[in-house]
Amino acid sequence: MIEIKNITKTYVNGDNETHALRGATFTINDGEFVAIMGPSGSGKSTLMHILGALDTPTSGTYKLDGHDVSKLSDDELATIRRDRIGFVFQAFNLLPRATVMRNVTLPLIYAEVPEIEREKRAKKALESAGLTEDRFGHKSNQLSGGQIQRVAIARALVNNPSLILADEPTGNLDSQTGDIVLGTFQRLNHELKSTIILITHEREVAEHADRIIYIKDGLIVEDGSGHNKRIIAHAKKKI
Amino acid sequence: MTTKDIFHETLSALTANKVRTSLTMLGIIIGISSVIVMVSIGQGAQGSIQSSIQALGSNLLIVSPGAQRGPGYQVSAGRGSSHTLTPADATAIESEVTNIAAISPEISGRYQVTAKGTNSNTSVTGATAAYATVHNVQVNDGSFISDADVKSLNKVAVIGPTTATDLFGADTEAVGQIIRIKGIQFTVIGVTVSKGTTGFNNQDDAIYVPFSDAQLFLQGDTSYLSNISISAVSSDVMTQVQADITALLLARHKISDPTAADFNVLNQASIVSAASSVTGTFTILLGAVAGISLVVGGIGIMNMMLTTVTERTREIGLRKAIGAKRRDISTQFLVEAVALTVIGGTIGVILGWLIAYGVTYFGILQASISTSSVLLAFGVSAAIGIVFGYYPARRAAGLNPIEALRYE
Repeated sequence: MIEIKNITKTYVNGDNETHALRGATFTINDGEFVAIMGPSGSGKSTLMHILGALDTPTSGTYKLDGHDVSKLSDDELATIRRDRIGFVFQAFNLLPRATVMRNVTLPLIYAEVPEIEREKRAKKALESAGLTEDRFGHKSNQLSGGQIQRVAIARALVNNPSLILADEPTGNLDSQTGDIVLGTFQRLNHELKSTIILITHEREVAEHADRIIYIKDGLIVEDGSGHNKRIIAHAKKKI
Repeated sequence: MTTKDIFHETLSALTANKVRTSLTMLGIIIGISSVIVMVSIGQGAQGSIQSSIQALGSNLLIVSPGAQRGPGYQVSAGRGSSHTLTPADATAIESEVTNIAAISPEISGRYQVTAKGTNSNTSVTGATAAYATVHNVQVNDGSFISDADVKSLNKVAVIGPTTATDLFGADTEAVGQIIRIKGIQFTVIGVTVSKGTTGFNNQDDAIYVPFSDAQLFLQGDTSYLSNISISAVSSDVMTQVQADITALLLARHKISDPTAADFNVLNQASIVSAASSVTGTFTILLGAVAGISLVVGGIGIMNMMLTTVTERTREIGLRKAIGAKRRDISTQFLVEAVALTVIGGTIGVILGWLIAYGVTYFGILQASISTSSVLLAFGVSAAIGIVFGYYPARRAAGLNPIEALRYE
């Protein structure tokens, strides 16, 4: 469960203060599929960094599964990311030299999971992400964009995270492949009850989620069902 | 991360760009191998100088006539030209100084030596049987001068291998031939084993005749000696023997001020240590020059690691995002740098060993490789990896994951 209370983030650059977040409050329950939507500069990237324990807020609290994450050190944040968060990036960020299997086992290496268990768990995650076993030995340059992103999803899944955070996961994919990837997220949400947060600026992508949080100028403007007309209207205005 | 995982990561990183890895390694290979070669050449020189000094005789002390030059003395008589050492001094040393293994009174000079139309100017030493013991002279062919030869004034001579070749040619048997020294005939009774040269003095170009013959027929004066060589029983007592001889001779020559002594006692150990300190300095100098190339190699490592960190910024960001701690990242890059230097160091040690072996094998120079220089080279290469890998590794570990992931 994710509890965000009055989160602010201010960047100080010399005399300039930039308020990226001005007080965001929301709760996401386990098993939810949420899209965080907003135009560029809205603060959604900052929000994602805080949700992903890559950064800490200037003020406010962030509780992940009851743990207060808002005032941890770099290495403590690393532990939170390792044990509770799975990332899917727009640019995939697979290791080009390593095989599919190696890429997916990477988080388990840092989590110090015994070697025998790693491949078992990686295999399970890869199958959940919709990849067949004949691809496990391939390197990422031998895969298509959709396959690469599904490897990245498997990597995010492999440590059984409380939260999967996908940052513009379809941004580098054509719409057809993008749909396959979004379908994979929906299936994971249904079948494995994974909590998924999707960060996007595209309405079509956000509509795959059950709930949309719309953010603008560092404030939460709307929070509701994916079919909520007002949220879609906000998105349309932007487009 | 387990050790196995770290090695796996290191291997995959080093093999990702093989050309760059090998070129960087080459810097370390050249550095380490030149350190090994230079140090082994230095140590080889040290060893060969020491062994040729040792060949002069073991635990040797040489008493020679002539004043030691002290402060305030402007002139000292040329050593060997003064006539202050007497046969009685030798007898007194033999009977009064303890811990002496053998004592050899000697008369030496250079004379024109002729044999069957060839002639040579050679050093001729009047020696007793003890000379062979004191100076480690071994006879290859025939025998050395005996006490009987000395007693009965036998006209016999033992010659060095170089002298034998000079006078009789390489193929002729020297023993039994007649040589003339200052017009007096001597029969060759032995040829010594080659000892090599010590600096300017070729120990193989020498003639030994009975001490009494040298006194009467060559020097024509029985009252003085060229020098007295003494072999002490062990190297530990050399200082004591030297002090005792000095005290005895001072008393015998009625000299109260040791700085005014009319003789000089030379200790072989001090010659060895002087020579060792020269060759030691030489070794350090060679090692230091080679060490510079090692440092340059280390900078090459640092350069490559910094490039690697920049190139792999996104990868570092990803690793941090999925839970790598600062320590995991810095360990990975540090191990990479150390692996480069240790692999390079190993190849360098092997290469250096081969070069040193080759240099010795083809007789260019005497090189001796010591285990300590190999261990040192190894230690130094690992240390270089740590020193020059530390900064890049720290830089990698300190990257902000958000910025690293955005890096283009």
